Amino acid sequence: MRIVPFVLSTLVTGALVYALSVRIGPAPALGAFLSPQQGCWQNAEPLNESHSADLKLPGLKGKTTVHIDERLVPHVFSDNEQDVYYVQGYLHAKYRLWQMEFQTLFGAGRISEVLGKDERFLRVDREQRRMGMVYAAENTLKTMESDPVQKAYFDAYTAGVNAYISNLPASQLPLEYKLLGYKPEPWTNLKTAIFIKVMSKDLAGYERDLEFTNQKSVFSLADMQTLFPEINDSSVAIVPAGTPFAAAGIVPVKPAGADSAYFGNDTTLRVQEVDKPVRENGSNNWALAGSRTASGAPILCNDPHLTLSLPAIWFEMQLSTPTMNVYGATFPGAPSVIIGFNEHIAFGFTNAMRDVKDYYSVRFKDASKKEYWYNGKWEPTTIKVEAIRVKGGDTFYDSVAYTSFGPVMYDAGFTKGNSGTGAIAVRWAAHEGSNEAGIFFRLDRAKSYDEYLAAIKDLHTPGQNMLFAAKTGEIALWQQGKFPARWEGQGSYVMPGADSSYAWQGFIPQEENPHVVNPPEGFIQSANQRPVDASYPYFIPGNYITSRGRTIHKALSGMQRATPQQMMALQNNTYNSLAADAVPLMLRYVDASQLDAAGQKYLSELQQWNFHADAGSRAMTIYATVMDSLESVIWQDEFARVPEPKVLPDEETMIALLLRDSASRFIDDIRTPETETLGIQLTKAFTLAAADLQKEEASNGLIWYKHKNTTIYHLLRESVPALAHAGILVGGWRHTPNAITQKHGPSWRMIVELSTPTVAYGIYPGGQSGNPGSRFYDNFTNDWAAGKYYTLWLMRPDEARDRRVRWTMTFNPAS
Amino acid sequence: MRFLVSFLLIVLFAFIAGCYLPWWSLAIVCFAVALGVPQGLGRSFATGFLAIFLLWAALALWWDIGNGHVLSRKIAALFGLGAAPVLLAFVAALVGGLVGGFAALSGASLRANR
Repeated sequence: MRIVPFVLSTLVTGALVYALSVRIGPAPALGAFLSPQQGCWQNAEPLNESHSADLKLPGLKGKTTVHIDERLVPHVFSDNEQDVYYVQGYLHAKYRLWQMEFQTLFGAGRISEVLGKDERFLRVDREQRRMGMVYAAENTLKTMESDPVQKAYFDAYTAGVNAYISNLPASQLPLEYKLLGYKPEPWTNLKTAIFIKVMSKDLAGYERDLEFTNQKSVFSLADMQTLFPEINDSSVAIVPAGTPFAAAGIVPVKPAGADSAYFGNDTTLRVQEVDKPVRENGSNNWALAGSRTASGAPILCNDPHLTLSLPAIWFEMQLSTPTMNVYGATFPGAPSVIIGFNEHIAFGFTNAMRDVKDYYSVRFKDASKKEYWYNGKWEPTTIKVEAIRVKGGDTFYDSVAYTSFGPVMYDAGFTKGNSGTGAIAVRWAAHEGSNEAGIFFRLDRAKSYDEYLAAIKDLHTPGQNMLFAAKTGEIALWQQGKFPARWEGQGSYVMPGADSSYAWQGFIPQEENPHVVNPPEGFIQSANQRPVDASYPYFIPGNYITSRGRTIHKALSGMQRATPQQMMALQNNTYNSLAADAVPLMLRYVDASQLDAAGQKYLSELQQWNFHADAGSRAMTIYATVMDSLESVIWQDEFARVPEPKVLPDEETMIALLLRDSASRFIDDIRTPETETLGIQLTKAFTLAAADLQKEEASNGLIWYKHKNTTIYHLLRESVPALAHAGILVGGWRHTPNAITQKHGPSWRMIVELSTPTVAYGIYPGGQSGNPGSRFYDNFTNDWAAGKYYTLWLMRPDEARDRRVRWTMTFNPAS
Repeated sequence: MRFLVSFLLIVLFAFIAGCYLPWWSLAIVCFAVALGVPQGLGRSFATGFLAIFLLWAALALWWDIGNGHVLSRKIAALFGLGAAPVLLAFVAALVGGLVGGFAALSGASLRANR
């Protein structure tokens, strides 16, 4: 033995193996990750990979055959009603396991556990816990499991996911597990409930109550109405104007003393606000009756807008059993088809945008948070100690106090500004037990309007515009949800929480929810606008969006013999109705003589613009830049006095205000002795914008898609830019029907003509596989950006030999 | 001849071990082969290094070519290697090769007589 070489080489080998087995910074442990037999190379799916398999799995009741087509869409045929959900769970896991688990870890406030020690991750986790996401999911789980039939379906889905996980060798783990260095845990029905809450937060978690509270301390109530109106001047409601409404079934009463204690309260908040969902989480949907279509059959269209991501939000499937044959977009993480069609009906959703989240100011007795002042005495709270595990760090303990309103989000332990015993509790409709996931078991099997209506009634949060069309000719839309019945102004600002007088007094009866059934106009549209006009007998604050609905309503009003191709054009329409209002105003008031040569050229480009935000447009870039400057010129003076958090009025509101009153006192810059007119301010905004535009022109020629830089990020965001799809060649903006912004847009486009046989088209950005190493990871995106569609194939079982079928999987019970 | 025998034994057993055991099982294989088949220290290191380097490079390229470089381009970019998939396979092979080489050296020096 040669001692020195032996010791040295053994030490070097050991040190190398050690260094390659631990994570250094954000990098994975390199030995395992680079190993061809265990690491990332195993995720490099062969281009000719077979997706066929014959499986025998425990828990199945009968036979299921899955035909997988050329786009990797599974067509699932089960002999048994439970098996179809088992197999759906298995396939969701096979193609999207990391995504479905990560989303639920995110929802449960557990990302520090897998992403590591970082203040930002800890903050996100604390936000979710303080928002009561798991508390809400646990309440929902109780309702989900109260019906034995539905419980069996949820159980089957969970068993299917776990059947996949338990047979998954480490070498076959999805890439992200290898990158981050952790393993999947078993799926549960609670995880499905958490996923639903993640969607609820995304779609019904936006409000501006804290901002409004601060702004009210500076602006009068009348100003607040002007700056944040309930109804925009140009809004076209979902329920046609003139439709009569029954008197309110519940009349909430404003508490005595609200004028001073609530509306008159000028206390400002200094909280650092939690991360909020994107404001534009909206969507379009519309349906045409047969009287307006070329085929004489109704057409239903839907494009839900969400923050786009890879792996894609949706997974396309067909689910077929003896009582159901449905096709459409599914959520990895939940059973059923969510947006789609069966042999009788089609259905699709847009967000209702209603505010279902309010805040109450409460006072603890002391720092222990064990008691709070309520109804004239110290009332005990329920303290939930949240243990947030941190990879590579100490577990962080956060105690969240639950009051009769709900969990306390903001207190001295969470935001610096909220010192002492003052705290803010949140009341959120999604905290209540409900069964959103369960409605789809019935909706997917519905054959008629009555069955659709019976199915959707259980949807409480997030409130949705649930559009329906049937082969029998009916079209209908219900804005469905469980919405609090508020007195005028209730919940617009943080409310006094010292007693129960400001609590929600009840909910609007379901049958009084806004709805449209077979309207004489022959069409129904929704695009996140306020659903009704001012004659609706309830106060319904929300985050309504006006511009897209105007364009869609106008287009549909003019259609007589509509075809699916015209529907495609409308979903991809880039007409900016807000710009069509704003640009003439700019042209009228901007003093061209004060602009330099470049500014004058930009102005003339705006003059010749057709108001389409096409990918190659320069005018859209000019317009958007001028709007940004104008917002700051008009608002920065007044809003400088408001402490954070605060929010500017919408662009739509600003333009409506300027069109209505060109001498509005908000135009003047209150910080100068002179009185600035609209002409002065618009010229100033244009001059500022022109300077920015000149700088930008050298880099991108002011081409709209380059300026906008639409990017679909991987769920791990900026930490893995190589897994994103950046700089997509696509037009559109938040005010155009094709609402594609920088990170946000139509996450699924669907057009269904309810003829016999059904003709349907659809597409989504991304691809069926969640594996970045698969050719199916991102293969739809360029077609989606180009406005193309795929034919959606509601396959019959006797079509197994069709050339579109590429692979077949069979599932049978393990003996 | 011993070089070739050691080389083939390492390739064979490292491949089999890699199917069932953690990646570092290759170190045990290299150590054991170097211990069993006597060679000079330098040659042992070279055998372990080359066997694992070529095994890993061949396997990585096999998967990569079958995949049309879809994944390796992304991983290479993620690791700051530009969009060069071959470079990623080279780095992987180098990492494996070094471990293999030093493990073989360790085995050889345990056996070697002064």
